[in-house]
Amino acid sequence: MNFQFSPEQELIRKAAREFAEEVVRPRVQEMEEGQYILDDLFRLMGEVGFLGVLIPQEYGGTNLGTLGAVLVVEEISRISAALGTGLQVHCLGLLPVVKFATPACKEKYLPGLATGKYIATGSITEASGGSDPTTMSTVAVQDGDSWVINGRKCFITLNKTANTTWVTTCTKEGKRREFTTFFVDKSMEGYKEGRLENKTGMHGLDNGEVVFKNCRVPDTNVLLGVGRGLPVALTAIGRMGRMGMACAALGTIQASLEAAVKFANERVLYGRPIAYLQGVQFKIAEMAYLLETSRLLVYKAAWLTDQNMPDAELAPKVAMAKYVATQSAIKASDLAVEILGGYGVVREYNTERYLRDARMIWAAAGTGDIMQLTVAREALKLK
Amino acid sequence: MQPLQIAICVKPVPDPKESTQLQINPTTKTLVRKGIPLVINPMDRNALEAGVKLKEANGGKVTVFSMSPPEGELTMLETLALGADEAILLSDLIFAGGDTLATARVLAAGIKAQGNWDLVICGAESFDGGTAQVGAQLAVLLGTPWITRVSHLKRVDDKHLLVTVEDEVEQRELLVQLPVVLTVESVVNQARPLSLWGIVEARNKKITVYNADTLKLDQKGIGLDGSPTQTRDLFAPDASREAEILTGDSPQQIANQLLDKIGWSRKGAAN
Ligand SMILES: Cc1cc2nc3c(=O)[nH]c(=O)nc-3n(C[C@H](O)[C@H](O)[C@H](O)COP(=O)(O)OP(=O)(O)OC[C@H]3O[C@@H](n4cnc5c(N)ncnc54)[C@H](O)[C@@H]3O)c2cc1C
Repeated sequence: MNFQFSPEQELIRKAAREFAEEVVRPRVQEMEEGQYILDDLFRLMGEVGFLGVLIPQEYGGTNLGTLGAVLVVEEISRISAALGTGLQVHCLGLLPVVKFATPACKEKYLPGLATGKYIATGSITEASGGSDPTTMSTVAVQDGDSWVINGRKCFITLNKTANTTWVTTCTKEGKRREFTTFFVDKSMEGYKEGRLENKTGMHGLDNGEVVFKNCRVPDTNVLLGVGRGLPVALTAIGRMGRMGMACAALGTIQASLEAAVKFANERVLYGRPIAYLQGVQFKIAEMAYLLETSRLLVYKAAWLTDQNMPDAELAPKVAMAKYVATQSAIKASDLAVEILGGYGVVREYNTERYLRDARMIWAAAGTGDIMQLTVAREALKLK
Repeated sequence: MQPLQIAICVKPVPDPKESTQLQINPTTKTLVRKGIPLVINPMDRNALEAGVKLKEANGGKVTVFSMSPPEGELTMLETLALGADEAILLSDLIFAGGDTLATARVLAAGIKAQGNWDLVICGAESFDGGTAQVGAQLAVLLGTPWITRVSHLKRVDDKHLLVTVEDEVEQRELLVQLPVVLTVESVVNQARPLSLWGIVEARNKKITVYNADTLKLDQKGIGLDGSPTQTRDLFAPDASREAEILTGDSPQQIANQLLDKIGWSRKGAAN
């Protein structure tokens, strides 16, 4: 057993931390004030190779694997969970192109996805309920050598910033509905963003509707195959999306702990820093182990992903990591707010932002309940 | 133009952002660096960038030299990711505790052992030691001119660089003949960010470790014992301040008290 990152992985973390501190930190305030500045930050993330972390080198990526992506998303989320989530969703959006696209589709999109010319997302959730995607009403109908998509997706991260998305549609009605996932870009007529949601946290990160109105997509943009659309979406979510949200959680826990430690060492009550109060120490200790346990689970799940563990076996490992990291982020940021006393809810101290951001993670890429079900199903050996 | 062989000297130092965490070991009088991440000395990162830019413009090879403990290897990998072609780690237990001259001797031996070189670039000073001596000593040991406070450099032909040198009062342009040792400050350039592309490229580059034996160094001139200077004491200066509150019946009276305190003559001034 070896719990050490390789020197290369240490450097990946260093590169991400440097970017987060120097490029992202000065922009957080703007994002908090509701400015959508992600175009700009995405361009800069493209310059340092973050956008291509899952893209093979022959297509212009850096191909540093799931662990590489995890380190980058975690470090960016330490400064901005909103941008960390934006980056992970881009990775979730392009992963099916890497894994399942036709050679023509790969040639066309992957080099641009690595630099930021194309920014990707994934679209499956509909108003009918994200936990049960089989009830979706978006449809695609074949017409010659292309398909015509009609429907409306909701809660789509980067709905405005992204100019490409995979979209899962129903392509055969009946007792057993069939689904197909396509890769579409905004130059195709009929694909555009809809309304933006006004969210609790992760301000500056766009999230909202994506609308398809007679959107015509060529055959070559079918991912994996007609009728195999759900596995495409589940691979993207299971091999990146859930892990990525768990990394947003890791960054949030780390940031909460740092803020709490700084405050506890500086705030003097009864003649000594409050770090000497046992009640405060217990909270700090709890935050420290929430961080450590979450990290161990997330890094292990990422490592298993890189070992090519099949989707079905991997799902409960990832679900456990996402569940624990999410609950830990909610708990740790809440504790940080408490340790800061009144300052905990003052905006310039950031801890209230961590709590609002942590709350955003629970439903994204599958709710906590769905994570529990996935873990339980394996533990109970249910089919 | 002929490709240049460029040597860059790099020191891993405790991250300046964490400098408030630095402590001094009261018995050995050395910095306690445990738990503080190492980074490339900030000005050395500019030195490296200057070398890489010259290479990108005219061809050549950039080799990084660093005297540091084995942990320095990660810093070496980082220099490769930032554009260096090869890194030489000069590492040996007997190098430990060396002063600036002992360090310069090891660096000079490393640069000579590596073979041909046209230009050495160092940061003007290190963030932790801050003596600004190593570059000058290195030039003496290598037998070349030394130019410090370089704020701009350009290659003009096979044998010459045009460098701008800046201090508080003037700015000079110098035409210098190679080989030469330059020391640069952070104004010389904006160092490139560490990127994943660079990290991937570093996979095909080499880090070599040289010890005292490979360098055939005379042990008399290196390490703590070979250092003509020894640290007598190292302490954090007491920066505490005392506040005194002046009171009085009128603002004028308080102001006068203040003037008296700072020894200001009130003669002739309107009361
Ligand atoms: C920040 C954020 C980003 C998102 N980004 C994207 C995106 O980029 N692309 C995309 O397609 N979607 C995205 N989503 C949507 C997300 O995947 C859905 O919100 C999620 O799947 C839940 O769907 P729902 O909101 O419709 O809730 P519902 O599915 O309606 O769930 C309602 C409640 O029922 C519970 N529930 C459901 N099923 C069960 C069950 N079997 N057992 C017990 N409880 C159950 C849920 O846990 C929840 O509490 C995002 C959501 C958020 C919050």
